[in-house]
Amino acid sequence: MTVTTLHQQTSTHFMKSRLSADNLTLKHGKVSIIEHLTVSLPEGKVTAIVGPNGCGKSTLLNGLSRVHSPSTGAVLLDGKDIHSLPSKEVARRLALLPQDTLAPDGITIEELIRFGRHPHQSLLKQWAMDDQEAIQYALHAADLIGLKDRLLDTLSGGQRQRAWIAMSIAQETPLLLLDEPTSALDLGHQIEVFELIRDLSRQGKTLAMVVHDLPSACRYSDHIIAMKKGEIITQGSPKDVMTKELVRELYGVECDLIPDPMTGSPILINMKRVRN
Amino acid sequence: MISWFQTPPSQRPLFRVFVSALLVLALCCFCSLLLGAGGLSPQASFQTLLGNGSSDDQFTVFHLRTTRTLVGVFVGLTLGIAGAMMQSVARNPLAEPGLLGVSAGSSFAVALTLVLGASTATLTVGVAQFGALLGCLCVLGVARMQGQQNDPIRLVLAGAALSSLLFAITSLILLFDQRAADEIRFWVTGSVAGRDIQTLLSVLPSMLMAALCILYVAKPLASLALGERVAIGLGHKPKRIRAVVIVAVALLVGGATAIAGPVAFIGLVVPFAARALVGPDIRRTLWLCLPLGPIIVIAADVVSRLVAQPAEMPLGVLTAIIGAPVLLLIVRSRRMPTL
Repeated sequence: MTVTTLHQQTSTHFMKSRLSADNLTLKHGKVSIIEHLTVSLPEGKVTAIVGPNGCGKSTLLNGLSRVHSPSTGAVLLDGKDIHSLPSKEVARRLALLPQDTLAPDGITIEELIRFGRHPHQSLLKQWAMDDQEAIQYALHAADLIGLKDRLLDTLSGGQRQRAWIAMSIAQETPLLLLDEPTSALDLGHQIEVFELIRDLSRQGKTLAMVVHDLPSACRYSDHIIAMKKGEIITQGSPKDVMTKELVRELYGVECDLIPDPMTGSPILINMKRVRN
Repeated sequence: MISWFQTPPSQRPLFRVFVSALLVLALCCFCSLLLGAGGLSPQASFQTLLGNGSSDDQFTVFHLRTTRTLVGVFVGLTLGIAGAMMQSVARNPLAEPGLLGVSAGSSFAVALTLVLGASTATLTVGVAQFGALLGCLCVLGVARMQGQQNDPIRLVLAGAALSSLLFAITSLILLFDQRAADEIRFWVTGSVAGRDIQTLLSVLPSMLMAALCILYVAKPLASLALGERVAIGLGHKPKRIRAVVIVAVALLVGGATAIAGPVAFIGLVVPFAARALVGPDIRRTLWLCLPLGPIIVIAADVVSRLVAQPAEMPLGVLTAIIGAPVLLLIVRSRRMPTL
């Protein structure tokens, strides 16, 4: 599939989108990671970006969240070039949870969540009632009410990740991007985080996440973007997109797909490494 | 009291710690007015404070010692704050203006202009701040070359090399210019003795600028502690934050050096103590550095007047005696404290 047909396909499929990339090229130094990519995130949905290591999915997420500046093209937030908007203004519409978060020693959950209010504050407007309300809401949404005074480093991995997500919730943005939100977590904690993400989507947020685990990507997202070598191989609803051929193409793994008896979302079995 | 020790530093009530530190500072200032290397006994000094001294004694207490105490307050305040800011922005508990060559750059610039014939106080301050800026950029440039995972020890080694080099050249320049040993020692070790109040006043406008920088940057700087990308996600601009911090540090360190020479280790010890008391959040650390810096400088200065009577030990020597063990303590701690 060529770049132009992809372009047409995405722009006709999803007219309603607040965040999109148009002809985006992202480079690390002189090496292009992504070239002339056009994509948009469907509004009110959970989008999962999948693909092998080094395919450019994190780079795309960094580009979409204005962390990485484009060499060509632009990222459009509500139709405007994201780099032309004031950074604080962007932060009121788009929250980002990167992979490389650092937790300072001795910070409590509530203190962490307070950082999420920075885009709504200024030198003159330091702390207001709506900040307090947003924090209460975030604590509630991430189910952390009883833990708000606990130190972050005394919590389980899942609780800690929920606290970081709660910080993004307190940012009160319609859009939230997450870079591998579950990669360091065990199974129980992964599901804890994925369920929170699904809840946020039900409340009307638009989310995009980079995910490694394909069955989870299928189960907890409405839209999948599959990437390889900096290009989008295919995208669409999990049921349409997830095929044996795609898994083979992406990872060089032969497998069978069966529907989960309870949810109907695809599960991978009989996995075997093959040469592409 | 026991519960105070059990509370993690980051959760202790800042206001109470701050007020306690202010009380200790008041005590230190009082001692600084009473004690000295000269013939004036503490009792006589106290009587002078109450208004019963001879004119000589009044000169000693109200002029010499008061000025000296004010200079001490100023130097402790500026270097403590500058150290805390540098450590926060470099994510390195060892980043200290004295160790990293910022003070040395400042000293060097001043020595150069002295030799070229400059003398007005305001000019010296500007030059000292410019030299500090160059020193700052040099050493942070070195830190940057090592990429994201910069090794704290290596940064200090690079800074130590830069420092020694600049101090050596500073001594050499002043030596060739036939300056007195005392003056050379002042620009290499630092001292709060015999400074005049005029110089102190001439620095204040630029300190106001530094204060505005800090007011503007404290919150964004705190968010930078959560990670570069998190800070961007919250709408902050890491590059701008760093630039503002570097300007503030240069203003502060340059101001301190213009007045008291390159006093080492204050910028290391003060934030270290502040973090131990109220935790690593820069907004809390900075508040506590305000009284802690002057406390440590004045306490060190009082001791340096008394240990080598009737002569005095230069302040820089004593701060190094206090500072070096703290440095070793930080380096030897199993887990380098993360900032």
